[in-house]
Amino acid sequence: MNDEIANAPKLVVRNLNFYYGSYLALKDINLDIPEKMVTAFIGPSGCGKSTLLRTFNRMYELYPKQKATGEILPDGNNILSVKQDLNNLRAKIGMVFQKPTPFPMSIYDNIAFGVKLYEQMNRHDMDDRVEWALKKAALWNEVKDKLKQSGMGLSGGQQQRLCIARAIAVKPQVLLLDEPTSALDPISTAHIEKLIDELKEEFTIVIVTHNMQQAARVSDFTAYMYLGDLIEFGDTSTVFTNPKRKETEDYITGRFG
Amino acid sequence: MPTFLQEARLKRQNWFDILFRGITRLSAFAVLALLASIIGSLIIGSQPSIEAFGTHFLFSSEWNPVTDKFGAVVPIVGTLVTAGIALLIGIPVSFGIALFLTELSPRWMRRPFGIAIELLAGIPSIIYGMWGLFVFAPFFADNIEPWINHHIGTQPVIGPFFSGPPMGIGVLTAGIILAIMVIPFIASVMRDVFEVVPTMLKESAYGLGSTTWEVMWNVVLPYTKIGVVGGIMLGLGRALGETMAVTFVIGNSHDLSKSLLMPGNSISAALANEFNEAVGELYISSLIELGLILFFITFVVLSLARYLLFKLSQREGT
Repeated sequence: MNDEIANAPKLVVRNLNFYYGSYLALKDINLDIPEKMVTAFIGPSGCGKSTLLRTFNRMYELYPKQKATGEILPDGNNILSVKQDLNNLRAKIGMVFQKPTPFPMSIYDNIAFGVKLYEQMNRHDMDDRVEWALKKAALWNEVKDKLKQSGMGLSGGQQQRLCIARAIAVKPQVLLLDEPTSALDPISTAHIEKLIDELKEEFTIVIVTHNMQQAARVSDFTAYMYLGDLIEFGDTSTVFTNPKRKETEDYITGRFG
Repeated sequence: MPTFLQEARLKRQNWFDILFRGITRLSAFAVLALLASIIGSLIIGSQPSIEAFGTHFLFSSEWNPVTDKFGAVVPIVGTLVTAGIALLIGIPVSFGIALFLTELSPRWMRRPFGIAIELLAGIPSIIYGMWGLFVFAPFFADNIEPWINHHIGTQPVIGPFFSGPPMGIGVLTAGIILAIMVIPFIASVMRDVFEVVPTMLKESAYGLGSTTWEVMWNVVLPYTKIGVVGGIMLGLGRALGETMAVTFVIGNSHDLSKSLLMPGNSISAALANEFNEAVGELYISSLIELGLILFFITFVVLSLARYLLFKLSQREGT
């Protein structure tokens, strides 16, 4: 991979601190996540990479005693401000989790669920949207004959692609992937990675991964984190082949972590 | 001779296994035998009444020990209506309690509330009955029933169901007391099943921008539907069979009345009240037939619940 020319930043993170109660889990993070590219967060367990991801859609707000200070600016509006409408934010920033989480309803309804929350559309348009999302997630050919069947009856890899389709069906601008392949077999993982490569044409993607090879394969930019600090951030090839910091090199070469 | 000793021990263990299997099997079959003998004795006991009245028993509202004429309509209607009222009030309230306790309340509040609900479930029914008769019924008569009479009783169509003298006791009162009694059952089951819903599933729904209500209604409830229906059935079972509390507040009248404010009767209340003063074969036999009907109603309700679950899972396409 050659040196990437970064697109304009989609998410601008400034002086972000995050607290679990009184424990400081993210320390003064500054980061520009470029638009329509894949940014990977890597680092050992407990380094705060998932925590950072969860500030982008304020998922942490479901839990008491978790709070973030600082600024995260997509399009100049701080999403951490109290004025930010949460549901609106989450419609613009989709998320996929470590394990597939199909809703207990049909495949069709799984996709339509999120769309119905924001858009009134007739049956025909909804059919088109469901088909569009499933095609984007490379699942359409496998499920087009069983859209009325439960999403829970699919295989693990298919379920995860269903979750990706569900997330992109509402046409978000950013897609957050929190270790999306950690529960999948290698073939399903390859499917998802290929999918990520295609999806970055249209979406800004942020992926948290435990798997360094995966970060190297799918991402344009990589952030290495350790104990709540952002140690190094740069384009993936540089971070992996010529890291500026000793800590990054130690982690990437497997001397630690 | 160590080998001989070992063999002996093995043999003994073998015997013990056979014995153990026999005992467990006996226990399991004892359930079936018990069930059969209860149904059997109910059927035999109600023979005189069945012979005397036939199906007329099910459609007659006459209940006259003096002329030995008996019909079951009033207690059947009373049982179904009071249980219906109990669920109508109890299900939404329980859902609210469970939703609040699992999703909305601060964490420190959950335990005390949970314990309070369990205590409520443990109160003996006769205490609910006494409380209903001495505290709730007078309050209801003085404060609520006049309002119901005035505002709902004057409406067209539903008016006749909600008008009558404010006596405090009656079908509606019994339904409300039953609701209070079934709420702890339904709420604690709902809370338990809501709590086992994977966090990630809820987060996925929140992550799409759902409100708490949308997450609960569209994702958590379908995910837990078997447990929720189970909890409701537990409550319904209690409401259908509840005896003492209902006897206290239903009024024990065998007159058929349209109004929910009027006294009525339920099957279990009729049995509790009348068995010790029932004289004559036909009277006793009619009461036993009432018991048989209650048994049958419970059975049908449980079967319907199973059928409902089956239909739901079919629509979902699992």
